[in-house]
Amino acid sequence: MSESNPYLGRAQRFVGALRQCQVLGMQVIEADGEGLTIELPYNESHVGNPSTGVIHGGVLTTLMDTASGTMVINALPEFELCPTLDLRVDYVRAAEPHKSIFAFAEAYRVSRNVVFTRCTVHQGNIESPVANCVAAFMRIGAHMTPPDFKALVVGDDTFEESNKVKV
Amino acid sequence: MATFEEILKECHGTRKYRPVVDAIPYANLIGLDYQRFGNDVIFKLPDNPDNIGNPILPAVHGGVVGGFMELSAAIHLVMMLDTPAMPKIVDFSLDYLRPVRGGRDTFAECQVIRQGSRVANVIINAWQTKREEAVATARAHFLLAP
Repeated sequence: MSESNPYLGRAQRFVGALRQCQVLGMQVIEADGEGLTIELPYNESHVGNPSTGVIHGGVLTTLMDTASGTMVINALPEFELCPTLDLRVDYVRAAEPHKSIFAFAEAYRVSRNVVFTRCTVHQGNIESPVANCVAAFMRIGAHMTPPDFKALVVGDDTFEESNKVKV
Repeated sequence: MATFEEILKECHGTRKYRPVVDAIPYANLIGLDYQRFGNDVIFKLPDNPDNIGNPILPAVHGGVVGGFMELSAAIHLVMMLDTPAMPKIVDFSLDYLRPVRGGRDTFAECQVIRQGSRVANVIINAWQTKREEAVATARAHFLLAP
């Protein structure tokens, strides 16, 4: 599934290594150099308002932080672990219960020290969003990234070669 | 079975909010707990391997920290303002100040900065070992009326 698309393979391995993302049930379904999408199926245990069955904002925050952070990794020439500096979320409408939610993230600016991202959560129509998020991630440098984590995510793909050519 | 509104109403009477927390699935998922000291409330996110993001450090997933702070603020408003329903979050701004380490409990306290008839502004501070050394700070707006 991921052999022909190094962005997708790397994103799936990264999200697969994050325990909370597995607990929630996140799946990276699309990824390229410009953006990526993570799907999160509806689950009763995510509910924040028992009166309405609407999932909690914290689930969306985790989804958007993950989608944005994974996009950061795909936007950089070499694997770097980038901690989130801050994020700002607008909850524009309640998510409909019993339907999957999708987070589409892109990195719109990569500077020497900081990567800036945008992320939109929707339920099938991105023109009708549930939430929007902007975030900033600090680049700590590839040399500061734990080698174990890098090996876990980069695997044996040729991502870095292909991304270096592009950048 | 009692509806969530009935649970809220009953808790506003007893001033004991454990049944409200127990009725929120996401609170149980992340393990949110709280303790009241008079009018002060301290919320707790117990150490839990399921809440980990970065497995190497290990660190609590930033989104879980955000969700914990957001839910703490909502429950704080329920306790302080006797709201008849769960307040609805409008926006949320979160600054991560230090790594939130796995293997430790995380705590949060909330302050209502401004309460209007429809909207409340709340700030939330989170820490692990020392209250003065915040791991994250956040600001949120909630709609109080449905």
